[in-house]
Amino acid sequence: MVGKVFAVVVILITLVTAYCVIAHVWWMPVDISVHGPKIDHQIEETMLAAGVLFVAGQIVLAAFVFLYGGARNKLRQIPGGAKPLVIFAFVIVGAEVLALSAIGSKAWGAVYFEAPDPGSIHIDVQAGQFAYYFRYPGPDGTFGALHPELINEGTSNFFGLDTDHDPDAKDDIVTAELAIPVNKPILLTLHSKDVGHSFDVRELRVQQDFVPGLVIPIHFTATQTGRYEIVCTQLCGLGHYNMKAYLSVLSQADYDEWLKKQAAMQ
Amino acid sequence: MAQTSVRAVAHHAPPQGFVRKYIFSVDHKVIGIQYLTLSLVAAFVGMALSWAMRVHLAWPDVRIPLLGWLSPAGAPGGVMTPEYYLSLMTMHGTIMAFFVLTAAPFAGFGNFMLPIHVGAADMAFPRLNMSSFWVTFVGFLLACATFFIPDGPPLSGWTAYAPLSAVGPVAGPGQGWGQNLWGLSIAMFCIASLLGALNFIVTTLDLRTKGLKLSRLPLATWGWFIDAWVSLLAFAVLLPTCLLLVLDRLGGTSFFIPGGLVFNDQLQPHSGGSPLLFQHLFWFFGHPEVYIIILPAFGIVSHIMPTFIRKPLVGGWKVITFSEIAVGTLSFVVWGHHMFVSGMSPYMAMVFSVPTLFITIPSIIAVLVWVFSLYGANIRFATPLLYSLGFISLFISGGIGGFFLAQPSTDSYLHATSFVVGHFHFTMGLSAIFATFAGFYYWFPKMFGRMMNEKLGKLHFWITFVGVYCIFMTMQLTGFAGAVRRYSALVDDFMIPLIPANRFMTVAALLTGAAQFIFLYNAIWSRFKGRKAPDNPWGATTLEWDTTSPPPFDNFGGRQLTVYHGPMEYDGEASVMQTSPEASVAGT
Repeated sequence: MVGKVFAVVVILITLVTAYCVIAHVWWMPVDISVHGPKIDHQIEETMLAAGVLFVAGQIVLAAFVFLYGGARNKLRQIPGGAKPLVIFAFVIVGAEVLALSAIGSKAWGAVYFEAPDPGSIHIDVQAGQFAYYFRYPGPDGTFGALHPELINEGTSNFFGLDTDHDPDAKDDIVTAELAIPVNKPILLTLHSKDVGHSFDVRELRVQQDFVPGLVIPIHFTATQTGRYEIVCTQLCGLGHYNMKAYLSVLSQADYDEWLKKQAAMQ
Repeated sequence: MAQTSVRAVAHHAPPQGFVRKYIFSVDHKVIGIQYLTLSLVAAFVGMALSWAMRVHLAWPDVRIPLLGWLSPAGAPGGVMTPEYYLSLMTMHGTIMAFFVLTAAPFAGFGNFMLPIHVGAADMAFPRLNMSSFWVTFVGFLLACATFFIPDGPPLSGWTAYAPLSAVGPVAGPGQGWGQNLWGLSIAMFCIASLLGALNFIVTTLDLRTKGLKLSRLPLATWGWFIDAWVSLLAFAVLLPTCLLLVLDRLGGTSFFIPGGLVFNDQLQPHSGGSPLLFQHLFWFFGHPEVYIIILPAFGIVSHIMPTFIRKPLVGGWKVITFSEIAVGTLSFVVWGHHMFVSGMSPYMAMVFSVPTLFITIPSIIAVLVWVFSLYGANIRFATPLLYSLGFISLFISGGIGGFFLAQPSTDSYLHATSFVVGHFHFTMGLSAIFATFAGFYYWFPKMFGRMMNEKLGKLHFWITFVGVYCIFMTMQLTGFAGAVRRYSALVDDFMIPLIPANRFMTVAALLTGAAQFIFLYNAIWSRFKGRKAPDNPWGATTLEWDTTSPPPFDNFGGRQLTVYHGPMEYDGEASVMQTSPEASVAGT
């Protein structure tokens, strides 16, 4: 009786779980990036492989527990002993993980192994407890040098720019919101002024940590206009849960307009 | 090492007086029970912290008066501040990972059972063994002390990533003395674990009784033995890491702090350190750590199952043991999968991804061994077996999550989501806890000479089994919606729709937690009022069942045992004790 209840409970748990996955009760938002479909595809492939193992594993467990409770049976070992199990694990699971590795490395490579497009729009991003700031190079196309000792939130010098002496810094445009044009390659350089943070936009399928002391490049192209949340996913202190900014993906015309407005506000 | 030595058996006189008998005891059995008691206390503390966190996530404004009393600053009026939430989270992870999951299945049961399993009178180094426990105890006190200092416990998570953990109070509340105490507490735990690991290894190799070849070692002891090697290598790295972290905080060094950091518009006087170095060192320990937690569970479940299915495991001792050795070995080359989005070279991601995927092979072999051993069995559904079956189901459910987190492309979406939290709670948290419960119900009669109540045991199992699925499967699946972990409030646009799921998890957590008091009651009641246990209540074959319940001071009353069989001599009703010269029944 106990065994049969166990089997039924395990099967019910398996069915409910499978339903939640198949019905996408909780699922990824629609992707808005060029590289994203590869990642989504990989997640679906992995879900298929892992899902089959999950369902099969639980069902076989439940079935054996259901069937072999009590002392009535003649004892039997599985035919062939452990050999078929070991062969299954090495051949089937081995092939599966090799396939996942091979296909998955392409999805990863599309983001990380390819150099950014030389024509990318370069935006510098600084994270700090508990806000992001974004910097556009301005008309000269060159970023001013950073001087951490000059950082002063009181005077809104979030990046530590020396606008008095550094001509490159004078026209840098600093904003609290990230705006980008749609369908244009974007290059972000991420750096932190204090502790570890992260740049996570679920719809872009981009998540990359900021590491103090490093400048980390990341590149992508957004394919749909809209407004999306950028959230911090690396524990950074008391305001971690509330550290966020918005990404606006705009048409080229709207983007030009927005940038002009931001430049005027500096 | 085919010959076993009886010369090296530790000799010490029976203890005299209360203090030497029950407090500063060198008896491995007392030390084992001390470890288990410490873990039990730690588990309830850890669970209380998780209750507070879960209630806060579901109903942020609810008042928890006890918290207000514990920390007027952290929870003014009983309502948690965001920083106090993170402090509770940090201590939940720290206490559970170290003082419960690492301590109970390895140091707790291992101490009590390993010397008996090998037919020895005690551990090889009894005094070292006593030191291990008391150093762990001081470590636990240091961790608990963080709740009572003005600044409260640290908030940088159990992973304590630098530079948040390294720069000191300038990084905000929760980064004062609490983090120093945390570093020292974990350093103490490391020292204790290293001493314990040495003791386990030497005892297994040198104190085996006559005839106990490694191939005849009980499977639980195999788990502890392999685990001891992994512990020895992993804690040896965490210990200096903790000390370097404390040096960065108190000694003005910059091992993990780079130059150019600015807090409150002030440039910090550090330069040259590397936050990624901390991550590498931490995870070089941290990933083996999850196997340090789970390998004793593998061993305990493999040890218990044959008793209740009345037949040997498929493949005998070899297949399951070699899987464990493979898992333990591979565990040292996979740590970088925690760092796919950390800024580490993206090429290194591939280097870490492949072995991480391949570690699923020995893990799956172990699962197949457990599952297919049930085929054609005579299953007896005693509570220890139910917990073992629960372990298998939970390990499958968590294990398959590993496929997603082993690949950088899929991990880059799921990293730092509740998918990860659900995954590791299934694989190392719950699997190890279920194996610990299995071991507790199984060995309780031997440890205390009384049986636990079966009805209460089964009730405890059913609520816990269904409850943990409600909590952690929901947690794992909401990760696909991008639910970010370590948030003290769900305020982002995409997090708000997840509030109902979080309330469901909270209710399930409260009920599941409440069921643990059934266990506590059962353990305490049975300790004093339980049915007297016979020497071998389960009809098992290993050496602990070949002595009285509880065993005498020297374990076997001066008998010198000879072992003739492996540990899995079962054939239905028939079974042959390892020490019995009778013919084999199972052909192992």
